[in-house]
Amino acid sequence: MGKPFATNSADPLDALLSVARNSVEGSAVRDTIVSDIYRTSRSICKEAVTYEDKKKLSSAYKLDNIVTSKIWGYPIMLAILGAVFWITIAGANVPSAMLADMFGVVEGYLTAGFQAVHAPDWLHGILVLGFFRGTSWVVSVMLPPMAIFFPVFALLENFGYLPRVAFNMDRLFKNAGGHGKQALTMSMGFGCNAAAILSTRIIESPRERMLAILTNNFVPCNGRWPTLILLASLFMATSATSGWQSLITALIVMGMVLFGIVITLTVSWTLSKTALRGVPTHYTLELPPYRRPQIWKTILIASKDKSWSVLKRAVIVAAPAGVITWILGNIYVGGDSILAHMAAFFDPFAQIIGLDGYILMAFILGLPANEIVLPILLMGYMSSGAMVDVEGIDNIKDVFLQHGWTWLTALNMMLFSLLHYPCGTTLFNIYKETKSVKWTLLSALIPLAIAIGVTFLTAQVARVLGWV
Amino acid sequence: MPSISIPLSDALMGSHICLDRIDVQGILRRRLLDLGFVPGNIVEVMQKSPLGDPIAFRVNNTIIALRKEESSLIFGEYVGSDEK
Amino acid sequence: MNSYTIALAGNPNTGKSTLFNTLTGLRQHTGNWAGKTVVMAEGEFSRGNTTFRIIDLPGTYSLYSNSADEEVARDYIIFEQPDVTIVVLDATSLERNLNLALQVLEMTPRVVVCVNLIDEAKRLGIRIDLEKISQRLGVPCIAISARNHIGIENLLDQVEKVANGTIVPNPVQITYSDQIESKLAQLEPLIEKTLGSRFPTRWIALRLLDGDESLLRTLKKRMQEPATSSGKECLTHGQTVCH
Repeated sequence: MGKPFATNSADPLDALLSVARNSVEGSAVRDTIVSDIYRTSRSICKEAVTYEDKKKLSSAYKLDNIVTSKIWGYPIMLAILGAVFWITIAGANVPSAMLADMFGVVEGYLTAGFQAVHAPDWLHGILVLGFFRGTSWVVSVMLPPMAIFFPVFALLENFGYLPRVAFNMDRLFKNAGGHGKQALTMSMGFGCNAAAILSTRIIESPRERMLAILTNNFVPCNGRWPTLILLASLFMATSATSGWQSLITALIVMGMVLFGIVITLTVSWTLSKTALRGVPTHYTLELPPYRRPQIWKTILIASKDKSWSVLKRAVIVAAPAGVITWILGNIYVGGDSILAHMAAFFDPFAQIIGLDGYILMAFILGLPANEIVLPILLMGYMSSGAMVDVEGIDNIKDVFLQHGWTWLTALNMMLFSLLHYPCGTTLFNIYKETKSVKWTLLSALIPLAIAIGVTFLTAQVARVLGWV
Repeated sequence: MPSISIPLSDALMGSHICLDRIDVQGILRRRLLDLGFVPGNIVEVMQKSPLGDPIAFRVNNTIIALRKEESSLIFGEYVGSDEK
Repeated sequence: MNSYTIALAGNPNTGKSTLFNTLTGLRQHTGNWAGKTVVMAEGEFSRGNTTFRIIDLPGTYSLYSNSADEEVARDYIIFEQPDVTIVVLDATSLERNLNLALQVLEMTPRVVVCVNLIDEAKRLGIRIDLEKISQRLGVPCIAISARNHIGIENLLDQVEKVANGTIVPNPVQITYSDQIESKLAQLEPLIEKTLGSRFPTRWIALRLLDGDESLLRTLKKRMQEPATSSGKECLTHGQTVCH
């Protein structure tokens, strides 16, 4: 406590408080105050509010009899989750391909234009193959799924379903030592982990808030959805006939999300038994009435605002990343590009966890934003000699296959993407919120360790059993 | 007719309880009072979560979910559904 | 050209943020869970010759110091002293919502109560006598539906009237139990002597009786700052207590 400068200001207040304290016995004052206020508002309501039909009042909550019931609670939750993914994936296929085609055509014109004015190769390389291609990939891979996912999610949110998810899952979080509202901050994480870190402020207990912060990353954010969706549809759902493909992709993505939730609960449990010991604090959760969302308005606002901001961020980070990657891939030192040297350096370790040097390097260079991991990877591959013409999304798979990808590579890249350290913005927010270098480091190292551990296991198991 | 005071956590689903005692202290007590868990108020027991805990209660026409740890410390008596 | 500051207070899930967006035209995504608004949003709009700066306080169930949100909302009303505080109530659960309105009325008389979701209430067969509520509370009381733009003009009319002094609300004073009232009577003169009339004396007395130490801390901090001649001047500097 600092010394009060003005003796006449601080002390009289203390004196007042002690006068007040002395005149009060026990803690009954608050109860009396609150119940007197309640009495007043009850008497106002009695005079001013009339109910035509009490039954009608409960109708706003009728749905809870099913949505949070013992039998249907979890199946409905899983079905909704699956449906959201399916709508996103099935709906995004066509526009993604169209965008990619369109950008391919534009790139053709740009290249022709550069040739027409006899622009130097390096300029064409940086601007078209680096900047334009990097950006257009991000846009065509990311924009359609996000423009579908966010409005659908916002509809669910505005309808009032998310608090029910928290209600249904609370027991699990309690057993893991976490706060019931952790489920809510996780749902924010689906949109953006960096924003979700700020949303953990709704958890008042510092211990449980830290749990929510440290584990938020296990929810895939918009920067990672496209990676999960793309890899699942390219490598996991290939044997299925086209009609089932979206559904299987959706199920695989859902499996990833559920796995992320399992990891969240496990890490929370472990931490709350060790570094963040303690019992869950008390809390109350309001289940607001279901409200029919204003469908078109919600869709418009969500697709406009969210997709636009996601896109802007992606382009702002992806464009320079594209340029840098192109430069790294085209400056040669001793016969190989810098990029190739870096990839070669990481390769031995990456192979142990079922990835390769380029993938690991893409994750490292992708620290500023998860959105750019995939473009960096593709650019790395393309600059490494095997120059293929990647215009459509289908061709992306060819690039991967040429670099020795199997389903295990895809699976482990998905797992690594789901589990690895949060992006730079998120880490920065974690530092701002916790004001602690130690916890910020841990929030990167714990996920990294888990990502390496899990991918190591899957790689070893798959190899020992001869699956790849 | 004498009636026995039971904790909210033991109340039957769908029943109405007139609160008579809240054995919680500190911040949570204040929060509960703010939400309408005030002695004399009537609470409807709505729904258990699929895993049995928490339980949703309707108080002043809003639904509030409480974990067992808290609801077992709030006591009241059964009343008829439309008593005010 | 007049310019006023308005604070929006209300329980979580009352459509406070929807009203904020409707007024400012700032398109934000409004959520549907308790405590969503952790950071205060601020916006501006003009109407005729008047500019309004509007602050969306965190949604809270009360204005005691139970949580950071409640402290932020409370401190804003007490120390920044907005020209008008709009208390947003959910028409479908007025009883609980009125508690907050009554608490705000203890802190400042310049209040307009706005009963939101009135269309929803109608659908559920809830009839609300606004005249009566307005009369009992002693402040203007307007029914609106923020999402369907019902009653917004009417609300703003009343807000402007309270802001420019055309309407001088005369808020209800809650009568507490005799025991508390007698203690309030003891404390109020002491408080008036120490703090002057810058703050609502009765409210501070109640907070002290409740042993609200966080308020006392904030008060001390504020007292050490150079006192402004009147509360009104706090408004003009733009810094809010957002964090």
